[in-house]
Amino acid sequence: MKQKTSILNIDEIYLPRREFVKGVAMGGALLGLGFSPSRLLAATGSTDSQPVLSGTNFNLNLAPQAVNYTGRERIATAVNGSVPGPVLRWREGDKVTLNVTNQLAETSSIHWHGIILPHEMDGVPDISFNGIGPGETFRYQFDLKQSGTYWYHSHSGFQEQTGLYGPIIVEPREPEPFSYDRDYVVMLSDWSDEDPSNIYSKLKKSSGYYNFAERTVGDLTHDIQQKGLARTWADRSMWNQMRMSDRDLSDVTGYTYTFLMNGQTPADGWTGLFKRGEKIRLRIINGSAMSFFDVRIPGLEMTVVAADGQNIEPVTVDEFRIGVAETYDVIVAPKDDRAYCLFAQAMDRTGYARGTLTPDPSLSADIPGMDPYPILSHQDMGMDMSNMSGSMDHTGHDMSGSKNTKEPMGNDMSGNKGSMNHMGHDMPGNEVSMDDMDDLFEEDMSGQAGHGSNTKIVHPPTEFGPHVDARAENPQARLDDPGVGLRNNGRRVLTYADLRNIHPTPDPREPEREIQLHLTGNMARYMWSINGIKYADAEPLRFKYGERLRITFVNDTMMNHPMHLHGMWSDLETGEGQQIPRKHTVIVQPGSKISYLVTADARGEWAYHCHLLYHMLGMFRKVVVS
Amino acid sequence: MRAYIVLLIAIFLSPGFSHAGGMDDDPLLTMLVVEQLEIRVTDGEDPLVWEAEGWIGKDLNKFWIKTEGEYVDDRVEEAELQMLYSRALAPFWDLQLGWRHDIRPTPERDWLALGMKGLAPYYFDVDAALFLGDAGRTAARLQAEYELMLTQKLVLIPEIELNLHGKNDSDTGTGSGLSDIEAGLRLRYEVRREFAPYVGVNWTKLYGKTADFARDEGEDVEDVQFVFGVSFWF
Repeated sequence: MKQKTSILNIDEIYLPRREFVKGVAMGGALLGLGFSPSRLLAATGSTDSQPVLSGTNFNLNLAPQAVNYTGRERIATAVNGSVPGPVLRWREGDKVTLNVTNQLAETSSIHWHGIILPHEMDGVPDISFNGIGPGETFRYQFDLKQSGTYWYHSHSGFQEQTGLYGPIIVEPREPEPFSYDRDYVVMLSDWSDEDPSNIYSKLKKSSGYYNFAERTVGDLTHDIQQKGLARTWADRSMWNQMRMSDRDLSDVTGYTYTFLMNGQTPADGWTGLFKRGEKIRLRIINGSAMSFFDVRIPGLEMTVVAADGQNIEPVTVDEFRIGVAETYDVIVAPKDDRAYCLFAQAMDRTGYARGTLTPDPSLSADIPGMDPYPILSHQDMGMDMSNMSGSMDHTGHDMSGSKNTKEPMGNDMSGNKGSMNHMGHDMPGNEVSMDDMDDLFEEDMSGQAGHGSNTKIVHPPTEFGPHVDARAENPQARLDDPGVGLRNNGRRVLTYADLRNIHPTPDPREPEREIQLHLTGNMARYMWSINGIKYADAEPLRFKYGERLRITFVNDTMMNHPMHLHGMWSDLETGEGQQIPRKHTVIVQPGSKISYLVTADARGEWAYHCHLLYHMLGMFRKVVVS
Repeated sequence: MRAYIVLLIAIFLSPGFSHAGGMDDDPLLTMLVVEQLEIRVTDGEDPLVWEAEGWIGKDLNKFWIKTEGEYVDDRVEEAELQMLYSRALAPFWDLQLGWRHDIRPTPERDWLALGMKGLAPYYFDVDAALFLGDAGRTAARLQAEYELMLTQKLVLIPEIELNLHGKNDSDTGTGSGLSDIEAGLRLRYEVRREFAPYVGVNWTKLYGKTADFARDEGEDVEDVQFVFGVSFWF
């Protein structure tokens, strides 16, 4: 390796202005490395092409890089000088070798998100390996057993927030079951000029620091005018008693974030070219640290053909929500010679990333206005709605439509109130090990494979204490719920219930056991945990090699958590028993429950965590498969 | 004091875990909040009044300092300092235990402080404390405030403070029973989260024997003042 570099001190790096990255603008590197003519055209049809590297041998350098997204220069952590890092184009069946050299002043790593590989190649410091020290080179090598759209990112510190991420495309050996003329990567991300550790400190000191959508007196008077005093009081009282905000959609917002599409700011926008009549494949990757996006192209319907890299039966929608770390592949077929806006508004409506699909670079597309700020409902709190005062707007979502909702709605509100008094509870349960937990939840196995769990929801004693501010009393499976802010918006919005594997469920066995994991936290103290136990205090989760097991998540918080299991697929139980989709990252909606099946076919130690960067420090588990 | 030093060392030295990715979910943080730094407009010399608190610690255990006082006529008229160990007891409540020291008025008084600080249902910020002093002196204090958001940056803050004492302390002009009530209404504009100038009114009234002591000194027992100041934190 030529890179035997000394430790670089960021302050000492000489950065000529000319080398500053404005957006991506890295160019070069597009030279045809085994591209088909159509692919090459596709690659060059994008006005701001990210560098693309393809083949089987790669040298990646992780180094500081000056960037400017906001008018202020900042130092990013870049891969080969690029933010996002270069697109890596691999081929199913190949053995790829990646020499990753760390020229940063701190330990780094790359995790290949969604790629099935040996655990020592997974790139999680302290679990898979020791990390890549400053000046060191680590050689990753693994066989590609899959195809599709994935991504890579640092698993060290907060480097993912500062730019260390990039797309992965694995070309299939067999032809795709769909056709397209152009192939564009659309990587979404969130950039902040602030030091991520300062963001984290601010959230700890004042968890609402970035939230400028709180309820005001104006909202109150509006509600009273609309609904009357009595109903407004009824609607508000639960939130006020719980000291929860129905405006708590995201911890970090557009107040500090600039949302990027392929490294381009909303002002610049990313542009992809097409000719009328062509079909365009968009590989949408959410490489954000904290931001969910709602993606649509006004005037175009999108046919979703893959989720998390895995082909699904095509489903045509107007809009979809993409959680942090998820990927969706869609095909669009513009019929007109006009420009279309590829619009990705942040779930909290504090900003957007955007691009343009156009037959002519001189054309521009109207940018739609952002949707209203979504307001959480009692349903998002995991509250039972059947006994509520009837005054609540449940946003029209029909619970009976939920595919695997079998649990009766029995808890009443007085029970909920009662439970709040537990908050003074001591926390001796912190010493309860995960093994005990498992025993606790393993008894009642019900719910056929693919159809989700009917197991009783039990809040373990470790969930009671100052570190957990709420527990969902009646969490529902909400697979057909597009999520807060997207319900009944007049558009066809993708839900998890729409995802149907193109292949039969690869492991049709019934699960041997079920592990119920509660996503927990205290928003005000900004503490996050699983079953009330943060990673630092937790025993590993143990999977038996070869077993088929069910994971059921219960979200006791009011945030969406994208849960990512490394090393093994998460076969999402959508109720389509024979064709359940495989995912690597599963959104657990606020106050909901969701189940998936896992075949523990990968020995070793793996990471399992919420992919929100400022949650994952606590909301994290090590999984040991043996 | 020694107990505090031991405690501080304990917090600093509490085990640092090796986390995946080298990240500590619960870093040692410090915060200083100057809630009020204001001029109160009076007939005579306008006093400068402060109320501030700060902490160092982690999620559930912190070392906490509170201070409040009044500076007028080139001297400190009133000053109080509390040094507390703060432990999270419930999701929204911290138990705070430690030492309160009244520096002015003289003679100085020391108290053992025992309080609960947190967020009550309906979003009331509450700080309630009991104090045990020398010679059987006891005191209680209740502070509550509410942040009424007119807009995302303009916040109206009503607040109230009650002080009660167990017995007369003529040296410091404090009477038994309810000794004083202070109520304020401040309109704050958050230029940034960390910095907010404000204007408001502040009303104070002395009661019972405390009022008698004040009358004997020729002081007012009730006062309404226009105030302006800044609040900031970092």
